[in-house]
Amino acid sequence: MVATATHISDSSGPLIQMEGVEIDFGRQRVLRDIDLTISRGKTLAVIGESGCGKTVLLKTIIGLLRPTRGLVRFDGRNLAELSERELTRQRIRFGFLFQQAALFDSMTIAQNIGFSLRQHTDKRVDEIRYIVLARLAEVGLPENILDKKPAELSGGMRKRVGLARALALEPEIMLYDEPTTGLDPIMSDVINELILSTRRQHPITSIVVTHDMRTAQKVADRVVMLYPLPRLRADEPQIIYDGPSDRIEQAADSRVSQFVRGEARERLMEMRQLNGR
Amino acid sequence: METNPTSDIRDPISASGGPLGAAVDWITDFGGVLIDWLIGLGDIAMFSLRTFGWLLGRLPRKETIIPNFYQIGVLSLPVVALTGTFIGMVLVVQSYVQFRSMHLEAKLGAVINMSLVRELGPVLAATMLAGRVGSAMAAELGTMRVTEQIDALVTMGANPIHYLVVPRFLGCLMLIPALTIMADFMGVAGAFFYAVYLLGIDSHHYLENSRHFVGNFDLFVGVFKSLFFGAAIAIIACYRGFNCNPGAEGVGRAATTAFVYSFVAILLLDLLLGIAMDGIYFALWPEAPKLF
Repeated sequence: MVATATHISDSSGPLIQMEGVEIDFGRQRVLRDIDLTISRGKTLAVIGESGCGKTVLLKTIIGLLRPTRGLVRFDGRNLAELSERELTRQRIRFGFLFQQAALFDSMTIAQNIGFSLRQHTDKRVDEIRYIVLARLAEVGLPENILDKKPAELSGGMRKRVGLARALALEPEIMLYDEPTTGLDPIMSDVINELILSTRRQHPITSIVVTHDMRTAQKVADRVVMLYPLPRLRADEPQIIYDGPSDRIEQAADSRVSQFVRGEARERLMEMRQLNGR
Repeated sequence: METNPTSDIRDPISASGGPLGAAVDWITDFGGVLIDWLIGLGDIAMFSLRTFGWLLGRLPRKETIIPNFYQIGVLSLPVVALTGTFIGMVLVVQSYVQFRSMHLEAKLGAVINMSLVRELGPVLAATMLAGRVGSAMAAELGTMRVTEQIDALVTMGANPIHYLVVPRFLGCLMLIPALTIMADFMGVAGAFFYAVYLLGIDSHHYLENSRHFVGNFDLFVGVFKSLFFGAAIAIIACYRGFNCNPGAEGVGRAATTAFVYSFVAILLLDLLLGIAMDGIYFALWPEAPKLF
């Protein structure tokens, strides 16, 4: 195994384990030898440059993508060995906030938030409406948007509706894909606060994929940094940092500290060298 | 930094150039196209099997069925009726001069109504469905794919085939016979109106010839074929939408290819089913009347 991630032990045990996971899209490899353990009740941030495979990692955890090699265990069970029905049963233990919220265009906001409840519970219409209103209040949105379509809302509101929808079934694990991308600093902070308050209100394990260092440091207990494969040597691990979020600024690896400080000069020089300029 | 060794794989023979290299390149390209085509065929077969599996396993909820039935059936009805009427009239216009030169204008009703009921009605209804509904389905599902709405369905424990494809498949399968009958009826009515009221053909002979040569089996053939057309349109449109490439261009291409592939499938199925149904007809009724 090439990657040598430093795991932080946790007494409550791992909820998700990735062992030697590799993902190929055709002839292009996106993830290589990923070993990762995610503990119950903790928040993990996955950071890295665009195109390094963060979203692919998230989609592999929930079984949207199957590893080319290696395995993903959820609650001790190998996802690849589960039947479609069992995989569906496990998936509803997750909540997923997509990068662009991925709200269903053809449905109203109320129908979007209540979708999982209609699919997986026998609750009556008035019970579903009560839960929908509670979730909407939790993310700080007014009742009068319930009958609107997603296209009528702003980006920040859509993200919050996406969060309310993901929380509808009270998931055990929340996966956030770039929750603050494309939002202004105030709205980004609102989303960060919502992630924190969600964790306070529900006993949730969270994985936050982001390239926003403020988000990573604010919401996460632990940070993992992925590096794009085309710029790594064959013997280098793809995870170049795995440690507490409050110590990432002291990381020994210069690539980590450059990313944390947002320094682009060396990266620009490297890109120019690659382009032969 | 070294680059990833898997990202640059070159074929030594091809790289050497010359006639051998060109031949190898051609064979490689041809093989690649053939393999892609076979993979696509296998993929669409698996997609169809999964759709049938869900169709037989569990029916979708009525809130997913009714909007699709409305879109596919009710909203397609006016355009199918209109085009059916015109195609009936056009057939009379195109055939009348030739039939009159042979003094066979009284047989016009038989020929036109037979063509409408067996061929043009079902093909026209299916073509309108592929153009109006099939490409819209591919574009809608393609947009859902590129905006991660299909992924969202999966993460929320809903099967996208069951939730998105089965209602559309059922809609196309169950409503295309009704659209076909509407196209047949309007075509027959349009042709009758033009032939009798505008060209002055005797209505008794026109109808009597139609009654003598066009039977229930012909109507059955048209409606039976339409079931296959409806199934093909739904499967092709949904498959193209589910396998849409990213971006606006990908969605546009999915909509276009859905219509083109559906149209080719309709004509191919029409030919094969036409031959098969003729075989059955003459096996059942060897002494059946012939037009000429």
